[in-house]
Amino acid sequence: MKLIQSDAPHIRTKDSVRSIMLDVLLALVPAVAVATFFFGLYALFLCLFGAIVGELIEWFIVRILRKQKDFSFDLSAAVTGLLLAMNLPPTAPWWLLLIGLLVALGVAKHAFGGIGQNIFNPALVGRVFLLISFPTLMTKWTAPVRGFTRMPWDAMTSATALGVLKGSGFSEAIQRFSYVDLFFGNVGGCIGETSAFVLLLGFIYLLVRKRVNPVIPATYIGTVFGFASIMYLVNAERFGTPLFHILSGGLFLGALFMATDMVTSPMTLKGQAVFGIGCGAVTMIIRLFAGYPEGVSLAILLMNALVPLIDRAFKPKIFGEVKV
Amino acid sequence: MKLLTFKGGTHPPEKKELAKDKALLRMDPPQFVYVFLSNHAGAPAKPVVKENDTVKTGQIIGEPGGFISAYLHSPVTGVVRKIDKLYHPVQGRPMEAIVIERTSEDDWQFLDHSEWESLSKEQLLEVIKKAGIVGLGGAMFPTHVKLNPPAGKTIDTFIVNGAECEPYLTVDHRLMLEQAEDLVLGVKIVMKILGTKKAYIGVESNKMDAYEHLKRLCSDSSIEVVLLRTKYPQGAEKQLIYAITDRKVPVGGLPMDVGVVVQNVQTVIAIKRAVVDRKPLIERALTITGEAINNPMNVIARIGTTIQQLVDFAGGLKEDAEKLIMGGPMTGIAVNRLDLPILKGTSGITVLSHEAEPIKKPCIRCTKCVVSCPMGLQPYLLYLLGNKRKYDQAVEEGLMACIECGVCAYVCPSKIDHVRVIKLTKKVYQALRGGKK
Repeated sequence: MKLIQSDAPHIRTKDSVRSIMLDVLLALVPAVAVATFFFGLYALFLCLFGAIVGELIEWFIVRILRKQKDFSFDLSAAVTGLLLAMNLPPTAPWWLLLIGLLVALGVAKHAFGGIGQNIFNPALVGRVFLLISFPTLMTKWTAPVRGFTRMPWDAMTSATALGVLKGSGFSEAIQRFSYVDLFFGNVGGCIGETSAFVLLLGFIYLLVRKRVNPVIPATYIGTVFGFASIMYLVNAERFGTPLFHILSGGLFLGALFMATDMVTSPMTLKGQAVFGIGCGAVTMIIRLFAGYPEGVSLAILLMNALVPLIDRAFKPKIFGEVKV
Repeated sequence: MKLLTFKGGTHPPEKKELAKDKALLRMDPPQFVYVFLSNHAGAPAKPVVKENDTVKTGQIIGEPGGFISAYLHSPVTGVVRKIDKLYHPVQGRPMEAIVIERTSEDDWQFLDHSEWESLSKEQLLEVIKKAGIVGLGGAMFPTHVKLNPPAGKTIDTFIVNGAECEPYLTVDHRLMLEQAEDLVLGVKIVMKILGTKKAYIGVESNKMDAYEHLKRLCSDSSIEVVLLRTKYPQGAEKQLIYAITDRKVPVGGLPMDVGVVVQNVQTVIAIKRAVVDRKPLIERALTITGEAINNPMNVIARIGTTIQQLVDFAGGLKEDAEKLIMGGPMTGIAVNRLDLPILKGTSGITVLSHEAEPIKKPCIRCTKCVVSCPMGLQPYLLYLLGNKRKYDQAVEEGLMACIECGVCAYVCPSKIDHVRVIKLTKKVYQALRGGKK
């Protein structure tokens, strides 16, 4: 018998990177199911394609390009791939997703050193890259087709709720998109952003499993709500209601699953609150005053860049530290 | 009922069920005992016996080698065979140990003092010093020093640490059940020494039977038994003080800076034994436990008994035994040989079975270590700075405040060994700073 000599602690939690990523994937399952219901099987195909091809691309980068031996399918690339797919319009061609995956994993993740080292959320980098490079394909929105076998391109082309708000004003937007539809997902938009309700369900699962804390989503959505409330008082027709803003667009997907990305968000609760507030403010500035109708992706990426500064500025209080 | 606690921490699987219902068994003294001269924090004791000297049980064999040091007594009646170097598991290097062969039944040499009620504070401290009592929770700090704070520090609260937050270990639990009267009397002695009006015994909520038993015993005294949340490291001194008194020990400070002295359950019982029964510290209770030991149990064994003897007493190791720890799994020291003796501070022998080596991954900034650190530190950052040898920056980030509880490494999903690097960084920093002076 050989006894091992090693340092304390001698027991470790059963949690691993893989178990965390698996829970994130599981948390996204309801959103994928609802997307499949509203946009058809092609949406499901894109989601699976993103997750599976994402892992394969990561395997190729790690084993072949970076020549590292210790590759294990930790599922982080599957999460990135799935989230990227969910950030695309339901009509996006598969090769568009492939390009996005290559950018997300190759550039945003592995050029920075791989898991844990990236500054920006890889899925969002992939999405914004596609948005800039293929603006038409990336904004080809359709109304829900309802029914698993129908294809999104069978549906009518449709603007998103935020697009209508920007173009035609709030009374037009709320006429076409009711709050109930916005909440449950019977509206056009990206694959994964359609239903705030199921995204919330998935997030609650992560909360119950203690994988995340609610600071970033709460401050993010709260800031959007607060910002929108003020603007509503300024000009209701132009800026819309606060409830409309929190239910429309990619806010729930972004606040619950993108901004909360562990690698690219701050390390302390205070820092996370600042991060969430920043995301909310930038989102609303873009939505209401900039050229794009939606600002979630850009807001999160911008705040990602500030994380090192936030981490430096907001540290936890050391127990028993005497104020000087 | 409100459970007292602190911020941060974690709750590893307790595994106390392995041994918590096993009443303390007294082990027969072994034929050979190996007593380290360094059986306490501070300077090693100076031997006062030579080879071939005959010694009685309880006879002084070592005298304090400095202010922070302690007396050492023979655990058995026998003959000193040799004084030789042996690997010291806490110091991590060979240190001098006195090897005594037992030749007969115990022939006690008791401490020599009058009835304890008549003793003054100073005399009581002298008894404790002469009895060689050190902190039996693991730190082995000489008790007479801890109970005698320097002038200017007023102590108003005495706390008995009955948290026993380390997983697997159950010895304090058994002592609080089986030797509660001794514990209560010990508390009264300590209160007399410290001159405090108030004492607390803090017990974690996973030991309700011990809590209720003590509560009954203390119902009409100034000793308050309080219930603590079951959480690791609830028994860390600073966390315990905060939970019970709401006072925060300053960084770099000691409990006495906030008017508190903390002693482990068994230390207090040892004080009673010395003061009332006149027995110096030659034995201790400990837990022998873990998945890879045949018969987990709580035993009373002589200081200097080897791990091998203890393991045999507990039915031997199972075939899949892979790691043997002196102490508990969170802070204990893994050793790879069984011929090492237990020290005054050895609270347990934990034997773990084979487990798949966890896959190490880079930090994914999940914040678990930051959220769980009971000292409000950022272990991931200290780990990074330590690895980059940025010692000064690490110190600025609170390196020295780390209590080395190991929560950060326990909770880490990437299986990063923060606490190992932090301990090393501390040592290197201290060595470098020492060199500059």
